[in-house]
Amino acid sequence: MTVQAVIKLNNLSKRYGDFQAVDGLNLEIQKGEVFGLLGPNGAGKSTTILMMLGLTEPTSGTVQVCGLNATSDPKAVKEKVGYLPEDVGFYDELSGWDNLMFTARLNRIPETEARIRIKELLIRIGLEHAADKKVRTYSRGMRQRLGLADVLVKNPEVIILDEPTLGIDPKGVKELLDLIINLSREKGLTVLLSSHHLHQVQQVCTRVGLFVQGKLIASGSVEELAAKLISKHPVQIEAKISRPALSTVDLETALHQVEGVDEVQLLSDGLLIIGCSKDTSASVARALVEAGASLHHLSKKTYGLDDIYQRYFEERKKDETTLTS
Amino acid sequence: MTSINGILKKGKKMKLLSQARTYFSPSGTIALPWVQEKTTTKRTVAKRETKQSIPSPFWVIVQKEIADHIHSWRLIILVAILTLACAGSLITALMHFKDAVKPTDPDDAFFFLKLFTASGNGLPSFIVFISFLGPLLGIGLGFDAINSEQNRGTLARTLAQPIYRDEWINAKFLASLLVVAVLIASLTVLFLGVGILKIGIPPTVEEVMRIGIFTFVSICYIGFWLNLSLLFSVKFRQAATSALACIAVWLFFTVFYGIIVNLIANALAPSEFAHPQQIIRYQEFILNLLRVMPSQLYSDATTTLLMPNVRSLGPLTQEQIIGTIPSPLPLGQSLLLVWAQVTCLIAATVVCFGLAYYSFMRREVRSR
Repeated sequence: MTVQAVIKLNNLSKRYGDFQAVDGLNLEIQKGEVFGLLGPNGAGKSTTILMMLGLTEPTSGTVQVCGLNATSDPKAVKEKVGYLPEDVGFYDELSGWDNLMFTARLNRIPETEARIRIKELLIRIGLEHAADKKVRTYSRGMRQRLGLADVLVKNPEVIILDEPTLGIDPKGVKELLDLIINLSREKGLTVLLSSHHLHQVQQVCTRVGLFVQGKLIASGSVEELAAKLISKHPVQIEAKISRPALSTVDLETALHQVEGVDEVQLLSDGLLIIGCSKDTSASVARALVEAGASLHHLSKKTYGLDDIYQRYFEERKKDETTLTS
Repeated sequence: MTSINGILKKGKKMKLLSQARTYFSPSGTIALPWVQEKTTTKRTVAKRETKQSIPSPFWVIVQKEIADHIHSWRLIILVAILTLACAGSLITALMHFKDAVKPTDPDDAFFFLKLFTASGNGLPSFIVFISFLGPLLGIGLGFDAINSEQNRGTLARTLAQPIYRDEWINAKFLASLLVVAVLIASLTVLFLGVGILKIGIPPTVEEVMRIGIFTFVSICYIGFWLNLSLLFSVKFRQAATSALACIAVWLFFTVFYGIIVNLIANALAPSEFAHPQQIIRYQEFILNLLRVMPSQLYSDATTTLLMPNVRSLGPLTQEQIIGTIPSPLPLGQSLLLVWAQVTCLIAATVVCFGLAYYSFMRREVRSR
């Protein structure tokens, strides 16, 4: 049995006059995935999300969410999808409780059930003490957490979060992301979140898609992306040495004898960069010391999304070639 | 069979009742009493009603909007202004009531209606006040209906709920119109009540009917301005811009349009010795120009309704008047006379709403 994709974008495009916001996007998100949509501002992330909810019409292509066409049947899609817009707003003059209750009633949830659900959610997001306070008095982080509760009131199958971590302090970001992940695991939700903060997304997403100028240039897990976009070597080791009496050639031959080492680069100030096909840090360290060099530090370099991102743009500038996934 | 129907009807009645109750709840989202009520009805009916007893999103939005309006300072201020104006006009009307009623008057049967039209000492009458301040009420309730939701970031959140998009704008319109209707109707009834107390003579059935229709026309008139402001609130992103645009249109029609028509009238005026036909045609032309103004339509309609002796809204020739009985028109005839005006007002309202609806349905809902 094949797993049915929860979100399926088929050759999706959106044009605003001369500006191509989203360009021929193909993407499938499976049930239970936490998918991160990454890209700089103006890359078309929000537009894609709006099209998934039927809040704007695609110029061409189709969006299928939970097997439903989001453009022609947005109401059915919106019954199953919770959406937290970027910079979410609430009715300031109402309390947090009343705001959630309004959402519950728009979703036609019976009164008693809604009360129970909202109470549970408020405890879960840690706002039960502020439930009766007006939203006007809430801090940014509290609003964002209230937004998460608002999304979950309808018991969605999919939640779509547009820049959920925008404008929250680092501690708040961590709490919010943990909350999202725990909730999604408990309820078996599919999560799609967009962000331009790479390291935050890296912590929580099972898969990410890199989005630039309306195109999805790569998608996969962070490791896969690193391998695909950055270097030929899955593992890189960085070492700082000083060598009282050791020629460069000797050093390189010594290192090349270690199994798994593919490439050795020596920079002027004693910095070694070693590209390996597997994790060889221990044997590299031994080889270096045995060759007579003094080792100051040695670290295995793993690539974060930030590096992937930066590398990607540097490369683009260099040779203007586009990588396609 | 009949008993089941009876129970169903009872259930429906209770639903209406509970909905009406929530209109006056402080937040618009408090508990509805139907939960308790449902247990009192027959179990089978309760089962059948579980899905129906949850109000549709449309009514949820209407309830919330009305609650919002009632709790806003804006409405309190508008009500205060309107009430003051009505009180002022009522006092003037009562003071000048004796002058207005003459024993030889053919329409002395309708002297109660004089309360609404009498003016003096520089203070205008009730209908003039409504025609002047009504637009303010309509604009005040509608100018930020959509754009403020967008600016607060609540539009995207609400439209991401499983509702049809038009339910949102329809509910906004209906909620404001209901507030206007309740306000105008209660003001009129208050006016009527104080009038009865002061004069000591109750109005006749026909007078009450005329006043009822007058109230309806007033609501349509304010509804037009409400829809115009709703249209601007869809079109303009800033609430201030849309408020200014509404007020500009209102000022144009109340102040400048009259001046422009005057200029045209002066330029086109036929000579004194022109053929009567020509003069009549000229006058009708100028009148039709004036009737582009909603306030002209409104005052045409209301004067005819409240002054039964008005027999025509255009010029009448001597031949047409010869042989007429000097008595007030019956209600049916007055209605026929203003049918065009009322239709125009409603049509203008519908056109504005249609435009607002169209541009709202097609637009992209971005957050802020």
